Amino acid sequence: MIMKPAIVLVLAALAAGPACGAQAGDPRAGEAVYARCLACHALAHDRTGPRHCGLVGRRAGAIPDFPYSDAMKGSALVWDAKTLDRFLENPARTVPGTTMGYAGVKDQKERADLIAYLLQADDSPDCRKRP
Amino acid sequence: MSFLLFSDASDPATRRGFLGKSGLLLSGAAVALLAGRDALAAKGNNGHDGAADDVRILNTALGAELEAIAAYQLGAESGLLQKPVLDLAVTFQGHHKEHADVLAKTISKLGGKPVSAKARYTFPTDKMKSQLDVLRFAAALEQGAVSAYLGAVPLFGNRELARAAASILGDEAMHWAVLRNALGEVPVPSAFVS
Repeated sequence: MIMKPAIVLVLAALAAGPACGAQAGDPRAGEAVYARCLACHALAHDRTGPRHCGLVGRRAGAIPDFPYSDAMKGSALVWDAKTLDRFLENPARTVPGTTMGYAGVKDQKERADLIAYLLQADDSPDCRKRP
Repeated sequence: MSFLLFSDASDPATRRGFLGKSGLLLSGAAVALLAGRDALAAKGNNGHDGAADDVRILNTALGAELEAIAAYQLGAESGLLQKPVLDLAVTFQGHHKEHADVLAKTISKLGGKPVSAKARYTFPTDKMKSQLDVLRFAAALEQGAVSAYLGAVPLFGNRELARAAASILGDEAMHWAVLRNALGEVPVPSAFVS
């Protein structure tokens, strides 16, 4: 059986376990937290912020033609549960100079739920129908 | 059938009155923003330490406002909205235009370069088949806008900018509540926004 690359990446991220000190999240609760992101983000397409389909395993600042900040492009982050936890807790501290002008998701449970949602987003209909 | 659930949705005078009051509230906020803009311009001339960070935050907000304007334009031209919902969408779009105008001018006064509207935006048009679909899409954008401004307020180095962002946040929250009401949902779902 050949697994889709996205599924392999999600499994790899899950195998790595939750971020240091983080708790396992609930993706359904995470979808509600994701509603906070919808002014700037969508799963399937780039908006003010970049799309989230294909996020896990992607190098930060790597979507072609998206106008990332130099800070994000130079951050050397690769998105997984651990780096997402660090970034989402305090984006400006993790990537000084990021254009994501958002203080962060401070509640650890909410952050874990949001990350759980993002980790499985590639299985969502919005991501699956992307070419 | 009206999807707006005012106290007396059948009374056109009530709807007109509501829209009129909404406009008055926004005018008050705009005045406050303009006053804040002058104050922050003076601080900018003195070399505010976090000015570059503030400009970056403002530009992100401006980008989102420009997209919201385009989204409401899409809704207004969709042919799916009937009056008075159509009037409401145009009114809210006007608020976003006011936000974008003030943000762009503020960015310029701080020495930054305001982002421009994109030539093309991608919206989930395949999911918008009815007025309710458009309202649901707009409500999601407004909820996101509330959260975005809430997340931006504590980051501003300049307190006048934080105040201005909070003023816009209040307007976005009213949009969200009215749209939820139009969808038949509890307009204000909780005591706090997040």
